[in-house]
Amino acid sequence: MASGGDGAMGSGGAVTNPTTGLFDIRLTVNGTLHAVSVPARRLLSDCLRHDLRLTGTHVGCEHGVCGACTVLLDGVPVRSCLMLAVSADGSAITTVEGLAAADGTLSAVQRAFKDSHGLQCGFCTPGFLTMITAALAENPDPTPEEAREMVGGNLCRCTGYQNIVTAVLRAAELTRAERA
Amino acid sequence: MKPPEFGYSRPESVAEALAVLGSLGPDGKVLAGGQSLVPLLNLRLASPGHLVDINALAGLGYVRAGRGEVVIGALARHAQVLADQAARSVQPLLAMALAHVAHPVIRNRGTTVGSIVHADPASEMTAVLALLGGSVRLASTDGERVVAADRFFLGSFEADVRPGELATEVVVPALPPRAGCAFTEISRRRGDYAICGAAATVALSTDGSIERVRAAYLSVGPAPVVLDLTESAGDPESAARLATERIETSGDIHATADYRRHLVGVVTRRALTAALAHARGRADG
Ligand SMILES: Cc1cc2nc3c(=O)[nH]c(=O)nc-3n(C[C@H](O)[C@H](O)[C@H](O)COP(=O)(O)OP(=O)(O)OC[C@H]3O[C@@H](n4cnc5c(N)ncnc54)[C@H](O)[C@@H]3O)c2cc1C
Ligand code: FES
Ligand code: FES
Repeated sequence: MASGGDGAMGSGGAVTNPTTGLFDIRLTVNGTLHAVSVPARRLLSDCLRHDLRLTGTHVGCEHGVCGACTVLLDGVPVRSCLMLAVSADGSAITTVEGLAAADGTLSAVQRAFKDSHGLQCGFCTPGFLTMITAALAENPDPTPEEAREMVGGNLCRCTGYQNIVTAVLRAAELTRAERA
Repeated sequence: MKPPEFGYSRPESVAEALAVLGSLGPDGKVLAGGQSLVPLLNLRLASPGHLVDINALAGLGYVRAGRGEVVIGALARHAQVLADQAARSVQPLLAMALAHVAHPVIRNRGTTVGSIVHADPASEMTAVLALLGGSVRLASTDGERVVAADRFFLGSFEADVRPGELATEVVVPALPPRAGCAFTEISRRRGDYAICGAAATVALSTDGSIERVRAAYLSVGPAPVVLDLTESAGDPESAARLATERIETSGDIHATADYRRHLVGVVTRRALTAALAHARGRADG
C-alpha cells in the first residue's frame, strides 16, 4: 500500500491529500498554529526541526533512550522521536523555544540551569528543560531524592548530572518565589 | 534511523478500527503508545505495511476498578494506571510493578495493554498478568475472544493476537483478602529493562499460616515463568533455592547464565520477604 494510505480506507480523523499523498495536519507549537503536510512516516521531532525549522528540539538516539527530543504534548512531556507527526495532529506542543517569555526573559527552569551550570555542551538541555518544566508543575517542591529520580530518564554526556540535580532544586525555589 | 514507508489510518471508533484491521489482514499493525513500535520502525527492525493508530479511540482510555478485578482499556497509559488509586487498592501489584516500567516520560505515552501485547521477555506487566492469572480481550470483525494469560504469551515478542485483531482490554484479578504481593527487579539503571525481576504473591489462611506462595519471573526466558513456591512454606531462603533449581537461565549480552541464576535467588528472596510482610500487614489491618 502506498505511503500515506488510502483516504477511502477509513483513515478517520487523518486526511490524506489526494494529489500529494501527504497528510495535512495542524499543530499549535508554542502558541502559533502551523498547517503542514507530512508523510505518515515523518517523526514529530523531524517535523519540528525540518518542516517548522524549530531546531531547539534535539535528536540524539531516535529510539527513546536519551530524552533530548522531549517536548510537551498538551502539557505532558513525551519523546518526540517516538511519535509520528500525523498522530500529533490537532495538539498543542511546547518546545524549548516556547519556554522563555516573549521578550526573551528566561523561565525559572532555564535560569536555574544557567545559574547552577546545569549544562556544558547543551545538547541534552532542551529535553531536560521541557521535562523538568512539566515535572515541577506536578511536584513543585521535590526532595533531592525526587529531583534525582525526575531526571533519571534523560541522558547527559557532559555534566555528570550533579549540577542538573542542583538546577532542578534551584528551579523549584525560583518558581516558588515567583508564585509567592 | 527513520521509519520506512507505511500506510496510516486513524479510526475514530472501535468498529471502524476493526473494519480497517480486518481489511488489512497481516499487513496491518496497531499503533498504540508507540513506545516499543516506533523504536522498531526507526531502527528498521519492523516494516509493517499499514499502521492503524488507535490514539483517537478515547473510549478505550479507561481503568475500571471493581470489587473482583481491575479492567484496563487499550488506551490507558502506564502513567494513568499507575496513578489510579482505586486500581491500586484493588490490586496493589499493578502500581508496584508499573513504577519499574521505563521512565515517567515513556509511561506518559506507552499503554499497559500495548506492553502486554508486545510480550517483551523483560516486560514487568506480562509477569504481573501471568502471576495473577489475568486475561486479554481481543476483538475483530469476527467477534470477540478472551485469552487467559497462561495461553496468551507464546514466546519472545510473541502473543496470541491474530491478524485483524485489536486487544481492547486486559482484566487483572483483585488481590484477595489475607494475601500480599511484591515486585522487585534488578536493572543497571533505574528505569532500564530488568536483567532479572520477580513478582510474588503470598496467601495466608485464617490462622495466619502460609497457604500459597507463587512468583513470576521476567527476563529469564522467552515468556514469563510462573512458579508455585508453596513448599517453601514462605521461607525466603528455601524459596530462593527452589526457584534457582527450577529456572533454566541463559546468558546474553546483559548477564551470563550463572549471574542470572544468582539473581533469580536474590529477587525471589526479596520479593517473597516483602510479599509476606505485605500479607501480614493486610491480614492484621
Ligand atoms: C527508553 C524506553 C524504556 C522502556 N523500558 C521499559 C521497561 O523497563 N519495561 C517495559 O515493560 N517496557 C519498557 N518500555 C516499553 C514501554 O513499556 C511500551 O510502552 C510498551 O512496551 C508498549 O506499549 P505501547 O502502547 O507503546 O505500544 P506500541 O509501541 O504502540 O505497540 C507495541 C506492539 O504492540 C502492538 N499493540 C499495541 N497495542 C495493541 C492493541 N491494543 N491491540 C493489538 N496490538 C497492539 C503493536 O502493534 C506493536 O506490535 C520502554 C520503552 C522505551 C522507549
Ligand atoms: S532522540 Fe528521542 S529519546 Fe533520544
Ligand atoms: S551538557 Fe552535553 S550532553 Fe548534557
